[in-house]
Amino acid sequence: MEFKAPAETNLFDTAKIVGKSTPRIDGPLKTTGTAPYAYERHDVVANQAYGYVLGSAIAKGRITSMDVSEALAAPGVITVVTSPDSDIPGISSMNNARLFGGSEIAHYHQAIACVVAETFEQARSAAALIRTKYDREQGRFDFPALAPGAPLAKGRGGKPDEASLGDFDGAFAASAVKLDATYTTPDESHAMMEPHATIAAWEGDQLTLWTSNQMIAWGKKSMGEALGIDPENIRLDSPYIGGGFGGKLFIRADVLVAALAAKAAKRPVKVALQRPLMANNTTHRHATIQRIRIGAQTDGKITAIAHENWSGNINGEDGENGTLQTPVLYAGANRKTANYIATLDLPEGNAMRAPGEAPGHMALEVAMDELAEKLGIDPIELRIRNEPTSVPSKPEKRFSDRNLVRCLREGSQRFGWSDRQAEPGKVRDGQWLVGMGVAAGYRAAPTMKSAARVRLDGSGKVIVETDMTDIGTGSYTIIAQTAAETMGVSLDRVVVTLGDSRFPASSGSGGQWGAASSTAGVYAACVNLRRAIGEKMGFNGDDAVFADGRIRTGNQVVDLADAGSLSADGEITFGEFKRGYDVGTYAAHFAEVAVNAYTGEARIRRMLAVCDAGRILNPLSARSQVIGAMVMAAGAALMEELAVDKRFGLFINHDLAGYEVPVHADITRQDVVFLDTLDPIISPMKAKGVGELGICGPGAAIANAIYNATGVRVRDYPITLDKYFEKLPTIA
Amino acid sequence: MKSFTYERAKTPAEAAGSVAKASGAKFLAGGTNLLDLMKLEIETPTHLVDVQDIGLDTIEKTKDGGLRIGALVTNTALASDQRIRRDYGVLSRAIVAGASGQLRNKATTAGNLLQRTRCPYFYDTNMACNKRQPGSGCAAIQGYSRQLGVIGTSDSCIATYPGDMAIALRVLDATIATVKPDGATRTIAMADFHRLPGDTPQFDTVLERGELITHVDLPRPIGGQHVYRKVRDRASYAFALVSVAAVIQPDGKVRAAFGGMAPKPWRVEAGEAGLHEDPAAAMETIFSGARPTEDNAFKIPLAQRALASAVAQTRS
Amino acid sequence: MNGKGELAVSRRGVIVGGTSAVALASLPASGQERAQAQPSASMPPAAMPVAFEVNGAPVELTLDTRTTLLDALREHLKLTGTKKGCDHGQCGACTVIVNGQRINSCLSLAVQHQGDTVKTIEGLGTPANLHPMQAAFIKHDGYQCGYCTPGQICSAVAVLDEIKAGVPSHAQDDITAKPRVTSDELRERMSGNICRCGAYSNIAEAILETAGAKA
Ligand SMILES: Cc1cc2nc3c(=O)[nH]c(=O)nc-3n(C[C@H](O)[C@H](O)[C@H](O)COP(=O)(O)OP(=O)(O)OC[C@H]3O[C@@H](n4cnc5c(N)ncnc54)[C@H](O)[C@@H]3O)c2cc1C
Ligand code: SF4
Ligand code: FES
Ligand code: FES
Repeated sequence: MEFKAPAETNLFDTAKIVGKSTPRIDGPLKTTGTAPYAYERHDVVANQAYGYVLGSAIAKGRITSMDVSEALAAPGVITVVTSPDSDIPGISSMNNARLFGGSEIAHYHQAIACVVAETFEQARSAAALIRTKYDREQGRFDFPALAPGAPLAKGRGGKPDEASLGDFDGAFAASAVKLDATYTTPDESHAMMEPHATIAAWEGDQLTLWTSNQMIAWGKKSMGEALGIDPENIRLDSPYIGGGFGGKLFIRADVLVAALAAKAAKRPVKVALQRPLMANNTTHRHATIQRIRIGAQTDGKITAIAHENWSGNINGEDGENGTLQTPVLYAGANRKTANYIATLDLPEGNAMRAPGEAPGHMALEVAMDELAEKLGIDPIELRIRNEPTSVPSKPEKRFSDRNLVRCLREGSQRFGWSDRQAEPGKVRDGQWLVGMGVAAGYRAAPTMKSAARVRLDGSGKVIVETDMTDIGTGSYTIIAQTAAETMGVSLDRVVVTLGDSRFPASSGSGGQWGAASSTAGVYAACVNLRRAIGEKMGFNGDDAVFADGRIRTGNQVVDLADAGSLSADGEITFGEFKRGYDVGTYAAHFAEVAVNAYTGEARIRRMLAVCDAGRILNPLSARSQVIGAMVMAAGAALMEELAVDKRFGLFINHDLAGYEVPVHADITRQDVVFLDTLDPIISPMKAKGVGELGICGPGAAIANAIYNATGVRVRDYPITLDKYFEKLPTIA
Repeated sequence: MKSFTYERAKTPAEAAGSVAKASGAKFLAGGTNLLDLMKLEIETPTHLVDVQDIGLDTIEKTKDGGLRIGALVTNTALASDQRIRRDYGVLSRAIVAGASGQLRNKATTAGNLLQRTRCPYFYDTNMACNKRQPGSGCAAIQGYSRQLGVIGTSDSCIATYPGDMAIALRVLDATIATVKPDGATRTIAMADFHRLPGDTPQFDTVLERGELITHVDLPRPIGGQHVYRKVRDRASYAFALVSVAAVIQPDGKVRAAFGGMAPKPWRVEAGEAGLHEDPAAAMETIFSGARPTEDNAFKIPLAQRALASAVAQTRS
Repeated sequence: MNGKGELAVSRRGVIVGGTSAVALASLPASGQERAQAQPSASMPPAAMPVAFEVNGAPVELTLDTRTTLLDALREHLKLTGTKKGCDHGQCGACTVIVNGQRINSCLSLAVQHQGDTVKTIEGLGTPANLHPMQAAFIKHDGYQCGYCTPGQICSAVAVLDEIKAGVPSHAQDDITAKPRVTSDELRERMSGNICRCGAYSNIAEAILETAGAKA
């Protein structure tokens, strides 16, 4: 099914199941510990051995020798696979660094060996017996020092990643009020709770990988590339994924070494990356430096806006582009964005939840707060005054549907914004200084082609099969809702099976495209199934009414069960017409933060997000996506930082005690409101994703609240107390 | 983790004897620190003597009006004890400010005192660390040292003692009772228990091999208001950047010990006297000779503010 | 790198180095050196019998002494509901209830639990017969990816017992007072269970409801 024109009125506009708050259908499994994650699948294949990964002790250079004799002789050891002895490509077209194979060391904790033993304990202790000698080279580890000389990144079609409209320099120079500020965001870790893990088993040349991966079809193709084998011989299965946030978009060392180790051991091998390896072995969100200049008239109208961004990566490509939202968010006739990238020898940077936009908002939305103060205009009002009517950087491009102003107004009212004291440092509560902050949020709403198979089993049950994944997003449930709605059955008559590469290829989970795309794909398959039923039973499936487990055509009513066993595949593809629109999601984020006047400890008191994301397929799980993203944004604003040791070239705080993420006590009240909007340009469902929208803005709202509380502006994230407590107003 | 043999001792004497007998033997209490370090092969004992069955799990009144805490009393049990909460509130508060509910259920009084540093370079066995491998160097110096020590450190090691409970024990003038493998017992003042690193950072405390902690003794209650102020980056389940255990008497006199600053709970009685009159000058005395790094110099003014916050808390 | 000789190690932690193998610093006192320092490294694994009760059923195992309670459950008893998030006491995913108290099963050896009573998520309820806490998590959507969830639920059940038993917490203003079930108390007490999906506020609501308290 090609989606080639804006959606018209359709069955989802009178939906009974889609759009209703629905507890997750996978809830009973997840809450009882019976949902099987990758490392736990004792039942899928017998005789599993344990693999343990050894990471490189240096960040840059080469292995000159590896002595595995002692490890091989250790009790229980079956085999040892080493990188220098592996001549596989070891990298896919989607990785920025080689995962395994060869003697070159490109980053710290790069996987250099996998020890396979009868037990986990044996594999772990044998790994420590491998003696590796290295030739260490100087590496490029100091991003702030290298950034000024960094070239422009490659943008679309390999062209330099910069864009401009009008005359920024002239307009900025002439503007009545100017802001010129530089912000930094640190390297961040996905730190999903389930480590990357895989069970690999070979049967002849057929490889099965029970793994934890967000993008099954990409993973299959990538594994073919990395192993140098035909991807058709590979099966991936990831029914449950213990968090990804972008960190499991691409294959990682676990799956590659598991495959190699299983081959060498001649039996199935299971591997989970040890937590202390994850930060340096896998990917992270790249640090950024962002300079923002905004020129405005005294009435707040922006006349000039420039956003320049620097980040770095191991291959000098694929950085963190903080400017992404800037061409879209605010009006202004003269504009400029530029995205520079340095080449580093730190571990591989790659996508993490709302890549680009998450740190981009942490800069832009603080800049807007600073500008509002300079102008003496309320920050909400300033944003409203700069609401564009078409895409500001491409005025010929329309917005599919944009309700940011409504978000801001609604949020202002609900949050009690009018109680905010514009002058900072004025609200005291005992030892605490209290402030409020706001930020706008924009996250693109892309769609990807997505396929599914829908079957009838003869008993009236509807079975959906697609390689779509559920990384906590609630895919199981929204897919079931979609199928139930379209096939006219109740939710409990739908069985959803996900994450198996033998099923039709879906959009996968990433870039906030999963919900919109995968449900549309399931809808397409359902439409085909309805037609197939019609053909079999002698009516036009498109005209029949499917409801309550029955099919009505004319004055004929039959049970769905009577259709017997039938199966149909379907795929949604998205047409050219979308190009004329910017399809995005919008939010207004609010935070109230208390800062201890003595110590600078910042504690969030409440948060609110008002979101505009089209139809909300399942308000219950969509809300969870947003609060979860708000938590991650709070972490980014207040505590998260992979600390770079610039001498050795590693993230030194590489475990969950050293890399602090928010805990329960950091998060108090969180409210989420969804506007009841519909976006006919996105898909037949008129629904957009929210999982990344939720992280675009709250960090800045928190930063702005800290400023409002204290009068001290910190432009370097995370806003830890050491950066400002000495500047806090003295206590009487 | 290297292989080890395991036994359960039945009495303190047996435990001490067993550890002394086998080279490479260690006591195992809750295991929440030792096993963490064994997984990384930072600790590589060849024999573990589990002390969970040796008794020492009660809190008893002493003749001089204090309390005698068994070495195996869990952090949860100690913090929950009504006498501790009433008369030694700073201790209860320090314990509940540390780790997590799960860890406190398992962690013991002795094990908590003996937890090792959280220096990130100590934890990464690819890095040079004199504490982990004497003579190998110290990667933390000129490295990422935001969490590390500002005073009492040396050219060999700048790590801190990371715990909370000990800071309160220090301010309460607790003493530690031990038994050695030969049956000899001794009492060590909290002030003397943790060592400064000097040239031998591998030794965290003055305990000898096979010396078992049997008790921690609290002197009779000293009254006053008890506060434990722990400053950290997140609200819970994090080690202190800076902490202060303080007891404030009705006349304004303050006793204070600081955590997160040094290789041991940091208390300078000589400086303490002035805390209620001229805190800035007193703090200067307490932290005179400090050698912070660029990353952690903030800890000194932060300690002063943490104490001021604690004192203010008792006034409101 | 040839042991310690080739890259001299400075006591200040950094040395200025040669040309190709730039000696950046005190290099890695690597695994190799430690292994050499300890020839006893490959002492044969010690196996020991251990018996305890899991979810009401007695189990007897003979285990490598190094086996944690977590791995005994997950790998030997195939009770994989208890999760391994970090294996170092830093996340709470491995929380189980032993003799009525919640602990991190990753930082406990199985052999430390001779004679103990262990309760895991599987012992609380089943999909067909949910524990009220499990049902409340579903109702309030107190999870997303589900990986921290069993640990959260075991912790939550134990937390309510701890409050009942009067165990104090950092959230209390008055440490001598009897704790109450409040949102602040729960958030502090649950802080040993990290949820990277950020389901915290829903989890707090689920626990409050189970405790019969209002949010
Ligand atoms: C993620 C995490 C966060 C933490 N956060 C904090 C925190 O914020 N604040 C804090 O204070 N602590 C914190 N801790 C540390 C925790 O409190 C300690 O791990 C615990 O107190 C150690 O007690 P244990 O009984 O488990 O010791 P074990 O691990 O059993 O033993 C520790 C050491 O003491 C020795 N030992 C044990 N008993 C005796 C004895 N009777 N005599 C002689 N030697 C003995 C052992 O041989 C071992 O060397 C944290 C731990 C983790 C894992
Ligand atoms: S500060 Fe101490 S513990 Fe840390 S690396 Fe240096 S010697 Fe080791
Ligand atoms: S797995 Fe035990 S605390 Fe993380
Ligand atoms: S539900 Fe994913 S970590 Fe908590």
